[in-house]
Amino acid sequence: MPKITYIEFDGTEHTVEADTGLTLMEAAVKNLVPGIDADCGGACACATCHVYIDKDWVEKTGSADEMELSMLDFADDVKDTSRLSCQIKITDGFDGLIVKMPESQS
Amino acid sequence: MGQQDQDTFIIVGAGHGAGQAVSSLRSGGFDGRLILIGDEPYIPYQRPPLSKKFLAGEMEVERLYFKPEKFYQDRNVELMLNTSVTKIDRDAKTVTTDKGETLAYDKLLLMTGTRVRKLQVPGADLQGIHYLRSIEDVNQMRDAFQPGAKLAVIGGGYIGMEVAAVAKKLGLDVTVVEALDRIMSRGIGEEVSNFFQDMHREEGVTILTGKGVEAFEGDGKVQHVVCSGGSKVDADIVVVGIGVLPNQELAEEAGLKCDNGIVVDEYCQTDDPDIYAGGDCTLHPNPLLGRTLRLESVHNAVEQGKTAAAAMLGTPKAYAQVPWFWSDQYDVKLQIAGMPDGYDDHVVRGDPSTRKFAVFYLKDNKIICVFAISAMAEYMQGRKLIEKAVDVIPDRLADTSINMKEIVQES
Repeated sequence: MPKITYIEFDGTEHTVEADTGLTLMEAAVKNLVPGIDADCGGACACATCHVYIDKDWVEKTGSADEMELSMLDFADDVKDTSRLSCQIKITDGFDGLIVKMPESQS
Repeated sequence: MGQQDQDTFIIVGAGHGAGQAVSSLRSGGFDGRLILIGDEPYIPYQRPPLSKKFLAGEMEVERLYFKPEKFYQDRNVELMLNTSVTKIDRDAKTVTTDKGETLAYDKLLLMTGTRVRKLQVPGADLQGIHYLRSIEDVNQMRDAFQPGAKLAVIGGGYIGMEVAAVAKKLGLDVTVVEALDRIMSRGIGEEVSNFFQDMHREEGVTILTGKGVEAFEGDGKVQHVVCSGGSKVDADIVVVGIGVLPNQELAEEAGLKCDNGIVVDEYCQTDDPDIYAGGDCTLHPNPLLGRTLRLESVHNAVEQGKTAAAAMLGTPKAYAQVPWFWSDQYDVKLQIAGMPDGYDDHVVRGDPSTRKFAVFYLKDNKIICVFAISAMAEYMQGRKLIEKAVDVIPDRLADTSINMKEIVQES
């Protein structure tokens, strides 16, 4: 199982062994990582699972589709590296991934 | 240790909002005894996917859970599942369960949710007639969702049309029977409900409007739906989605004020200061809408879970939320923010035939509600503009050459 590190806005780190096939949001919820609420349960409808993922990982995580981009466009604290974690499916290639959270979810 | 550390809080109902209340109570510092009582065999789970991905078989039960079981263990929550509360004794401050147990509370939170409204017609108890509210409901109907099977959906609301979309995708032969003259009409404008009606017809769903259901016929198992006027629809399986009723009887029998829901104030407090209520079962005030209402929505359940918890912790914070909802049907995502109460103008932005457009409802030149069809920018910006209550120019809103970000010109 790939090891993924979630870092809260205040710097608190949570390293979890994530199940492949889940989304990055689901793995956070399942492992009790705070800061990723996902009120809509992963339907790309609420933008409460906003995270930052380093550009170096794009090849493995893929890029946001049009719907996700439009949601992000209006989310708080958006950066170039912003993604919605409910839209990213975990694969074995995610081992070592670092996911950071925005201030709005602290 | 403060007084609260000795206290017992009991939550009745173990839905999504109750899960949130547990989370908020413990993270807010409540160290006393916390009991969560639910009549289903499951820990709090998300209902919205039931009529979508879960019915489609694209999601396992564990993925529905609001939090994993460990969450409740870590927080020392006493889970009493498969258990109903039959009585509240407000003088003794106890609740009694159907297992015969009596439990004392210092504060009580009712998150009893809703139950489906049942069709009372001849043949309503035939096999093959289903309602959709719980995991069990879906488990019972899913095996019958086989390609080629004939499905009759009674009621063209959100649940009915989501079920129709899933069934069509799975290859069933789907007929929707709606009593009113168009589907998805409750609180939804004509443009949007016509769009969904056209889309379902394009996908091959038969929609019969203006038809009530008089009876179900069959030999032990349902075979036909008899509609008003006598016409019949063949059916191997029927799913009825004609709305829900608030579970308020427990509160009512305890003498708490109820009126289409358990009546609470902006802190989710009932007329008994030690009893709170939240979620689909409450009639609550919303200062942003300027009225009281009862909402069937996961957002409201989560927010009222937080509001009730804050008040129970002695740090009350008034509830004030712009309601939001969503529905997934085929490749289309409907997102709604606000309520179209008393609008005086409405603006369509985009072309419905592209399956991407939005309808804004305005009052005094301010957006009060948006229905966005696969139009995330319109939804996200609409929601913000509702919260900010700024003036907009209808013509600019309708002009798709103007980016949603520039709809409101900075002065």
